[in-house]
Amino acid sequence: MREKTYDLIVVGGGPAGLAAACAAWEKGLKDILILERDQRLGGILNQCIHNGFGLHYFKEELTGPEYAGRFVKMLSDTGVEVSLDTMVLEITPERRVHCVSSKGGYRVLEAKSIVLSMGCRERTRGAIGIPGTRPAGVFTAGAAQRYVNMEGYMVGRRVVILGSGDIGLIMARRMTLEGAKVLACVEVMPYSGGLNRNIVQCLQDYDIPLYLSHTITQIRGRDRVEGITVAQVDEARRPIPGTEIQFDCDTILLSVGLIPENELTRQAGIEMDGRTNGAVVYENMETSLPGVFACGNVVHVHDLVDFVTGESQRAGAAAAAYVQRGETPPEDPLEVFCGDGVGYTVPQHLRLAGVDKAVDVFFRVRRICKDSVIRVTSGAEQLAAYKRDHMAPGEMEHIVLPKALLEKAVGQITVSIEEVTA
Amino acid sequence: MKELICIVCPRGCHLLVDEEHGYAVSGNSCQRGEEYGKAELTRPTRVVTSTVCVAGAAYPRCPVKTNAPIPKGEMFRVMDEIAKVRLKAPVHIGQVLIQDICGTKADLVATCDLPALG
Amino acid sequence: MFDVAIIGCGVIGAATAYTLARYQLKVLVLEAENDVADGTTKANSAIIHAGYDPEPGTRMARLDVLGNRLAGEICERLDVPFERNGSLVLAFSEEEIPHLKKLYSNGVANGVPGIRLLDAAQVRELEPNLSDRVVAALYAPSAGVISPWEYALAMAQVAVRNGVRLERGSRVTAIRKLEGEGYELHTGTGDYQARRVINAAGLHSEEIHNMVAPPSFHIQPTRGQYYLLDKSEGSRVNCVIFQCPTKLGKGILVSPTVHGNLIVGPDAELVDGDDTSTTAAALEQVAELGRKSVPSVDLRASIRNFAGVRANSDRGDFVIEEAAPGFIDLAGIKSPGLSSAPAIALEAVELLKGTGLELREDPDFVDGRRRPRFKELSEAEKRALIAKDPAYGRVICRCETVTEGEILEAVRAPIPPVSVDGVKRRCSAGMGRCQGGFCGPRVLEILSRELHRDPTEILKDKAGTVILTGQTKQGGN
Repeated sequence: MREKTYDLIVVGGGPAGLAAACAAWEKGLKDILILERDQRLGGILNQCIHNGFGLHYFKEELTGPEYAGRFVKMLSDTGVEVSLDTMVLEITPERRVHCVSSKGGYRVLEAKSIVLSMGCRERTRGAIGIPGTRPAGVFTAGAAQRYVNMEGYMVGRRVVILGSGDIGLIMARRMTLEGAKVLACVEVMPYSGGLNRNIVQCLQDYDIPLYLSHTITQIRGRDRVEGITVAQVDEARRPIPGTEIQFDCDTILLSVGLIPENELTRQAGIEMDGRTNGAVVYENMETSLPGVFACGNVVHVHDLVDFVTGESQRAGAAAAAYVQRGETPPEDPLEVFCGDGVGYTVPQHLRLAGVDKAVDVFFRVRRICKDSVIRVTSGAEQLAAYKRDHMAPGEMEHIVLPKALLEKAVGQITVSIEEVTA
Repeated sequence: MKELICIVCPRGCHLLVDEEHGYAVSGNSCQRGEEYGKAELTRPTRVVTSTVCVAGAAYPRCPVKTNAPIPKGEMFRVMDEIAKVRLKAPVHIGQVLIQDICGTKADLVATCDLPALG
Repeated sequence: MFDVAIIGCGVIGAATAYTLARYQLKVLVLEAENDVADGTTKANSAIIHAGYDPEPGTRMARLDVLGNRLAGEICERLDVPFERNGSLVLAFSEEEIPHLKKLYSNGVANGVPGIRLLDAAQVRELEPNLSDRVVAALYAPSAGVISPWEYALAMAQVAVRNGVRLERGSRVTAIRKLEGEGYELHTGTGDYQARRVINAAGLHSEEIHNMVAPPSFHIQPTRGQYYLLDKSEGSRVNCVIFQCPTKLGKGILVSPTVHGNLIVGPDAELVDGDDTSTTAAALEQVAELGRKSVPSVDLRASIRNFAGVRANSDRGDFVIEEAAPGFIDLAGIKSPGLSSAPAIALEAVELLKGTGLELREDPDFVDGRRRPRFKELSEAEKRALIAKDPAYGRVICRCETVTEGEILEAVRAPIPPVSVDGVKRRCSAGMGRCQGGFCGPRVLEILSRELHRDPTEILKDKAGTVILTGQTKQGGN
């Protein structure tokens, strides 16, 4: 039995997938299917019960479940099909999607276009190699968040947070409000990886000390964590002997980075970017495989869901255009290079034919930059410059490049940061 | 002069508040930042988000929030009240669970739809 | 009164139980931890050695070569992941070549099949990612990689299915010699009497021995630390890559694992007891030596560091002997202990015969074991399996594609898991790159449901490894 060919299959029903599906529907696609592995739509937003979502997109402050709820509501007004509790096992270059579920069994679905929106996962203790014993009580912040917020269980009483990523900071407050004692937040870099507002309202509000340029050098405890050693690190992030501080804690939450979840992408043979750990994408979020688009944290890790939504709407609309109008005419794309101070850019390639009036380029700086200029150059020519008072690696930056400017570029553009010395 | 990081939105503006001159705020990018700068030094407030117990739904907890900022000093008292709530599914997003919680003039509301398990 | 009591259910105890299960005997296995294979067996290099390391004429030489052959047969019968990917011992200079020749002649004398010396070009052809500095290597095609936990578990499961009684959480605290023959074993879960006792207590075998006999050997716990790398590094080498020992140490290995990851380690450090903590200094050294063999190995792809403690002894050879009447030591089982396990079990049977124990084959013995591995099935087989049981359509561990059906199967099989790591060892859920970040809570939920225990009682691993400390909101009461 042959199943029907979908106009669009969206892999992942978190914020990215929801926005992409809604946008594709609005643009006129009819046969759209979202495949979601969890029992409900919304992805990680369901466990992000704190507020701060939606200020850009909805112009009001929502919690994660509320933000997801808005999109689930929008989706329910469309004819988009949803298959929950469904895991995608493989995507082929011919755009066949192999998936399994208890209800539907093993299915092979065909699609005219695909949006990849699988999100990201957390880096673990193994990935950062903290020495010591391996007892219970070491959690990634997101796993702890799920236990506390969705399952209603506490993961510990005396907590140290390693890493100052936003989830870690949010969990510091959450654990404190639920009666745990958060002893410290320890960050190996000289600056926080999370948003400033979270340092204020999650740590400072509760007098939780933030140790910058520090790391955990040892975990103790046979069965459950009994204590840790924290030490200051030098510029090469090596622990400095003599700076050790002991903490008597039973729990460690790790907020040490997120990694786009791209097993399916790699398996499909899609070109990847080692800097983002996501697919290389064009201006319309299309990957190297025509008709396959990617958006949200599976492309690059965002700080704000609002930007995920925007990016995913572009991907969804582009999938619709692909189905309705066919491939973007092949041309030599402009390559976007990372110049001094820039860690990565998204998109990595620009096809001018695909740019309507302007293109949004997202990137992260590699260090804290004060009073700086973002320069966009092509060869020796400067195409644009944008002033910024303050930029940090923890905060995604964004510039809008008008098409008229891009038309002046030859072969490539480079985005770089120059600090203005007074 | 007091330096603050604005928490009104994720932008995190670096504010300067002049306590001696009527809490004049600079460094803000919007009106809300100015209001935050003033309030933070005079009468700081926060929105509290948490969960409450719910029976008969797919999950044992329902996320909630205060629908307006409450005085910072009231947070733990509000948490104590939140801990006492016992809901039965279905729960609707925006449903008021406690009116005027702890006399803060804010209501505690559900932030998620939780249908009753059939 | 049991005929035989085995103390310890690591790979040695499990192999012995499996071997004895085919006789008409009442056999008891006492395991101190809450799961089998929870000591040295679960944290080692996971290699089935070819058998050229031990000096010819030693017990180790004979048992390694025999054990290697038996491992192939047992893994086939019991559906245990095992791959004979061969091993290479590298020489980085002309000075190291005599060592290779020595190992070669050991191998020939020990009866290692197919062993041969390779020149630099031959090595390169086999392993293009090795260091340019390699000048020669010893190749042994019969070496392989195995899943040690599953090896021990599978043998223990077949034993239990054939009537062997396994008691977990039963640490032997004292042993009393009975009048006439036999012993009484005191444990936290009760006292047991047995006509014969086998001491397979690994790191604790000296302690157990000394309960019945004067000290005759000393266990020197030796810790080895490892990196386990992501599957993206799993094909960096094809064979198990060893180094020649140097003045600085025995050298460390780089090898694919049978699950498709890459393992780098171990160092060797004397420690107290079973201290399996890792240290930055040792791991740095392991990394450096690993890069000596395979310069391109990407240690940033590490998904886990771990340490295992080997039960080395002050004797040059395995301690396999009758320590007191009817009391047999299988002790000091250092490397190649895993490789030798089924051969050691046969030795134990011979020793038991020597004590006058009558061994009659049990006609009802049923060998063999199969377990479903969803990921490895064809599309048609997957369809059929989900149609038969929808639980196979629900993927719990995304990294390793492990379904709820496989976890339920493990929970319903003999020797069910009692912890999240117990599930990991049985079905690979949580073994992948996210290390249980996503599936941990779901595995915990399944265990809680299936074992009828409160989620706060579900353990990470051994007794005391509590995951959840209570409920929020006072539990809703």
